[in-house]
Amino acid sequence: MTRALVNVPKTAKRGEIIEIRAMIQHVMETGYREGPNGVTLPRNIIKRFVCKYGAEEIFSAELFPAIAANPYMAFSTVATESGTLTFEWTDDKGATQSASAEITVT
Amino acid sequence: MTRLVLLGLLACASIGVAAEIPPQDRRSGFEFMSPQTQAMQSEETSNPGMLWVADGERLWSEPQAPAGKSCASCHAEATKSMGGVAARYPAFDEETKRPIDLMGRINQCRAKRQGAASLTYQSDELLALTAYVANQSHGMPITPPADSRLEPFRENGRAWFERRLGQLQLSCAACHDDRWGARLGGSVIPQGHPTGYPLYRLEWQNMGSLQRRLRGCLVGVRAQPFDFGAPEYVDIELFLMERARGLTMETPAVRP
Amino acid sequence: MKISRPTLDEAINSFTSGASVREGRVKFEISPLVENGNAVPVSVEVESPMTATDHVKRIALFNERNPQADVVVFHLGPRSGRARVSTRIRLAASQTVVALAETSDGAFWSARAKVIVTLAACIEDISQQ
Ligand code: HEC
Ligand code: HEC
Repeated sequence: MTRALVNVPKTAKRGEIIEIRAMIQHVMETGYREGPNGVTLPRNIIKRFVCKYGAEEIFSAELFPAIAANPYMAFSTVATESGTLTFEWTDDKGATQSASAEITVT
Repeated sequence: MTRLVLLGLLACASIGVAAEIPPQDRRSGFEFMSPQTQAMQSEETSNPGMLWVADGERLWSEPQAPAGKSCASCHAEATKSMGGVAARYPAFDEETKRPIDLMGRINQCRAKRQGAASLTYQSDELLALTAYVANQSHGMPITPPADSRLEPFRENGRAWFERRLGQLQLSCAACHDDRWGARLGGSVIPQGHPTGYPLYRLEWQNMGSLQRRLRGCLVGVRAQPFDFGAPEYVDIELFLMERARGLTMETPAVRP
Repeated sequence: MKISRPTLDEAINSFTSGASVREGRVKFEISPLVENGNAVPVSVEVESPMTATDHVKRIALFNERNPQADVVVFHLGPRSGRARVSTRIRLAASQTVVALAETSDGAFWSARAKVIVTLAACIEDISQQ
């Protein structure tokens, strides 16, 4: 299991724009590097990231090998209601890793 | 290749005797970084090293077969029991009658007290556990203990620091005492303080130990690096910690 | 290894399906001089009210000299509130990087930046990793 860290404010006022940060442990092997034995290391990257607020997708990204190892992303959303934000990363092989955070909107 | 030429020039120029950095001029490697890299370290939510710290927190309370004990079984909450520990390591180990670094101590607890397999210096688990333990000293001043048994080892570390090494015949001191702040190729030479380990290095695209960092400097002067876990590294660290006395612990730091 | 890749302009063209791109509206924050090309912090902010009828749909980054021109494509919408994103990218050499935004009216806006990447000095032995 790899580690993911997400940062969402615990509370916000309705209509407030909040910043969200998400980071996950991943080599993001480009497929262009050679290993110590001279053989090209096979590509292994996270290629998709999705953030949902409740059931609705509010942000997503398609990643390429030019995204740094241990991908970090910051974006924003409007605080609409109390609930759960879920985060999902998908790699080249289709394996997913997820994380979530609660927010209370007043 | 330009970096070779630069190192050559440095070697030619380094005939003088190194002068130690006076305490008021001691500065962490943090101070020599760009504002962007500083921000990456300072903001917990963007510091990649926090991924390992978080993993270490999980491992702290994970029971290990066969004893079924976790670190927490004996040390309870790390936030209480581990505060300040990293700031006074390496410490004297009664068993081996020589200094042991924090990674070595954690590994010792794992092997002896948890009955689990010991971990390598480059394993994510040991880096994570050490980062978590050292993070409990974040913001505390480095305070090497007054333990006279450590003295001969620290002196050995100092000797290594001042000795000319490798094909380039450069001592650590020639760069880190005499030429800190100068540019070497693309990077600024820092003072070489061990304030932030284990740390996330952009060059590695990964977390790494102080020993890995020291290996890099040894390879840089074309010297044969010691193996991971070699006692020489612990002696050098003892000296580096004394040399960094009073500087603030930064684990997990970020470095270019 | 020799890699063939589209030029920067070809990559942008295929993203916009040939539509014209205007300079402006996009604020691209990236340091002109970076210590290490392995993790270069970038932020992109686009001037937009971010309403249901007038918002930014996509923000993309392209590079000139990596083995592959694409860097990332972000999908936003009215619920974003603000068209601002940050990430960290890899730059294999000193080069031009372009930030491109597509708005809900189908227009494309862009900003470009030239970045100088310096090298790390100490040589790392990768055999021990
Ligand atoms: C069975 C009980 C036990 C377990 C399990 C255990 N330890 Fe320890 N640990 C000790 C004891 C006892 C000492 C004190 C040894 C000494 O002072 O020489 C110690 C010392 C330490 C120290 C040095 C503290 C200091 O002040 O110098 C660290 C760091 C440490 N342990 C970390 C860990 C970690 C991390 C784990 C889990 C991987 C762990 N320990 C598991 C019993 C345990
Ligand atoms: C040729 C000059 C040179 C020599 C000789 C040298 N270093 Fe370094 N050292 C550097 C540079 C430059 C860096 C900064 C990182 C980089 O870009 O490689 C560095 C980084 C370090 C760091 C990391 C500091 C931090 O902030 O994390 C430590 C510790 C260190 N060196 C210790 C040593 C020791 C111990 C020796 C002797 C075995 C040594 N260095 C020899 C140039 C040198």
